Amino acid sequence: MSEVWIRGGRVLDPASETDALADVWVRGGRIAAVVAPGTVPADAAPGVPVLDAAGLLVCPGFVDLHVSLREPGCEEDECVLTGTAAALAGGFTTICAQSDASPVVDNRSAAEFIRLQAERARQCRVYPLGAVTKQHRGEELAEIGQLVQGGAVGFSDAMHPVANAEVMRRALEYTRMFRRPVLHFAMVPELAEQGVMHEGFQSTRLGLRGIPAAAQDIMTGRDIALAELTGGRVHLMCVSTRDSVARIRQARATGLAVSCDVAPHHLLLTDEVMDRFDPMYKCNPPLRSREHVDALIAGLRDGTISAISADHQPRAQEKKQVELDQAPFGICGLETALSVCVQALIRPGHLTWLQLIARLTKGPADVLGLPCGTLEVGQAADITLIDPQAEWTVDAGRFASRSRNTPFDGQTLPAVVKTVLVDGVVRLSR
Amino acid sequence: MAGQAGSVSRADRLEVSGERSGLRVMQLSELPLSGPWGERHLLGLERLTAAQLTTVLDLAEELERATAGGSERLSTLKGLVVANLFFENSTRTRTSFSLAARRLGADTVDFSASSSSLSKGETFIDTALTIEAMGVDLVVCRHKTPGAPHLLSRHLRAGVLNAGDGTHEHPTQGLLDIYTIRRHRGRIAGLTVALVGDIRHSRVARSNIHGLVKLGARVIVCGPSTLVPTEIRQLGVEVAWNLDEILPEVDCVNLLRVQFERQRGAFFPSIAEYAELFGMNAERIRRARKDLLVLAPGPINRGVELTPDVADGPNSVILDQVSNGLLIRMACLSLLARERRAGSGGAA
Repeated sequence: MSEVWIRGGRVLDPASETDALADVWVRGGRIAAVVAPGTVPADAAPGVPVLDAAGLLVCPGFVDLHVSLREPGCEEDECVLTGTAAALAGGFTTICAQSDASPVVDNRSAAEFIRLQAERARQCRVYPLGAVTKQHRGEELAEIGQLVQGGAVGFSDAMHPVANAEVMRRALEYTRMFRRPVLHFAMVPELAEQGVMHEGFQSTRLGLRGIPAAAQDIMTGRDIALAELTGGRVHLMCVSTRDSVARIRQARATGLAVSCDVAPHHLLLTDEVMDRFDPMYKCNPPLRSREHVDALIAGLRDGTISAISADHQPRAQEKKQVELDQAPFGICGLETALSVCVQALIRPGHLTWLQLIARLTKGPADVLGLPCGTLEVGQAADITLIDPQAEWTVDAGRFASRSRNTPFDGQTLPAVVKTVLVDGVVRLSR
Repeated sequence: MAGQAGSVSRADRLEVSGERSGLRVMQLSELPLSGPWGERHLLGLERLTAAQLTTVLDLAEELERATAGGSERLSTLKGLVVANLFFENSTRTRTSFSLAARRLGADTVDFSASSSSLSKGETFIDTALTIEAMGVDLVVCRHKTPGAPHLLSRHLRAGVLNAGDGTHEHPTQGLLDIYTIRRHRGRIAGLTVALVGDIRHSRVARSNIHGLVKLGARVIVCGPSTLVPTEIRQLGVEVAWNLDEILPEVDCVNLLRVQFERQRGAFFPSIAEYAELFGMNAERIRRARKDLLVLAPGPINRGVELTPDVADGPNSVILDQVSNGLLIRMACLSLLARERRAGSGGAA
């Protein structure tokens, strides 16, 4: 069992900067060898099942730093079972569960419940994130040490910015001793209040309340200053603006422990789509204008942005079928993440395949120090096979996720996830 | 019109029993159109061409003649049902739409948020679908959220007419302002029109800008710098923060209402300061062109946007705007009804 010979594919392993035709041998659920095509390792058992990967990309399984699984408490949107199924459908083999369940994951038993549900679901790997502050209120620190005991790999108040600088300072200091980062949604609440889209010409034209880029830039600057003050590690989720990228680039150049990720939709869409007034496009941070999108792509190219996160925010249909200001933010992102990235980054030639796969695997794994995201010998055989030539038409009605809130429904996108293995076992095949 | 034969509508009965006899006949197929239309919905002036805008203005003028200034009734919309879906308080606009629909012989249904099932948790779209299922042909929608009528237009078969969507557009108000200017000046092209006040939160400003710019006017937006976003220049207008500097160049001034209810926090220090800097008063009228037209979409805050002597003075055309609103709404309803008839395979 869990022995496979993945034959004839193009192996992309950012950890070893491999981009070559090769065979991957899996034994005992782990990577046993990555060898030249057709080479049979001397110790290979006879009759190993073959997975024909001719014409396919063979990559480490994708890693997502913050996935909203909505269980317990918001099962109308998603649960661990459907969320992990959506992860597999998108090629993700490891996801971190955002702490925005109800009640909030701000204590040890809540974190352990996520892990228990993930074990029951038996799909992809799930690591819980713990809350930074009790009930995401931004006032008192959550029981961070207890959460670590319960399996939390990082700390985040999800979409709630830790607005109080003193609280954020203590959080960064306190998490240091556990060597865990704070994943922060950098946004000045009072500048973003009641906003539904990016502030600029389009919001002026449409009469919609804007969220200025400065709302993110100011908080990003504060977090960098606090990282410097405390020596703590801060990871900025979903950067969306030109100046935030510039500030993070500069901070990283001076050696600060600051990292960030970006969401696929921020790379493909601009605020011009808001003239459809469609709540499916309503997300936070909002879709920005062209100059910001270009800066995000430049940040991905030079490694300032080391991770891509689907920013999976499933929302039940009835919640999105309302007026724009009533609708919640969020895009159901796991199942379209790869294809949207290929459309935005590979097709126009902004990134190589190896660079893109790095941002989906090793990049996020390194942020949290997770033992995944590579095809090194001895690692768990979490592998995603992609057909880069194929196209598919998004049909939200057939999502594995319980929710359908995607702006890409009906669109034809490039690249299809063909096969996903976790611990060497085929969990998805299409 | 096959669809109208045989059925006795409430409008018919009202006419028969009413004092005024002889509903003047003007069939939808006989609407005197001077140019193109072709729109199923009227969501905003941004989407219309100059030719389409002119079609509406010309039709309103025809209707003014055909109804002796809006006082007589026509049979144009006989047998059609117009629903007023008002999710935001409005007396003036709703009354104007109801009256316009009835002047054209339509039946009207009023539906306001207070009597709606929104408080029972029904979604906005479900509410609209329910009302449509009762056999509504045209939906007039007022809503506090920008884009709400656009959302409706994607879910309903009925024609949707935007009667103001939050801070986005208010197309019939824009049209009636433009119509009023045209009736007094005979043209739009080449005129300089100043929109004064809270541009940021004004749907009236946006509709005026789109319409006026397309028809060739020079448009200046003027107000406190917190309420006049400079990006708005990209719509083809000039931005000014000093009313007294631009006033001598202006043919028409449209005084937008200060939207106290839409502001998120304080955009200017006091009402007194606003009135001082941007209020139209006798002193400013003296320094303006003699034939300056003063418009105000209302409801006006007397003493804020303009002083009572200006509101009631010779330059003011505020009451003309109200009566012209009826004509513009009659024109818009007729145009959408015509498309609906054509689209549903009825008599064309």
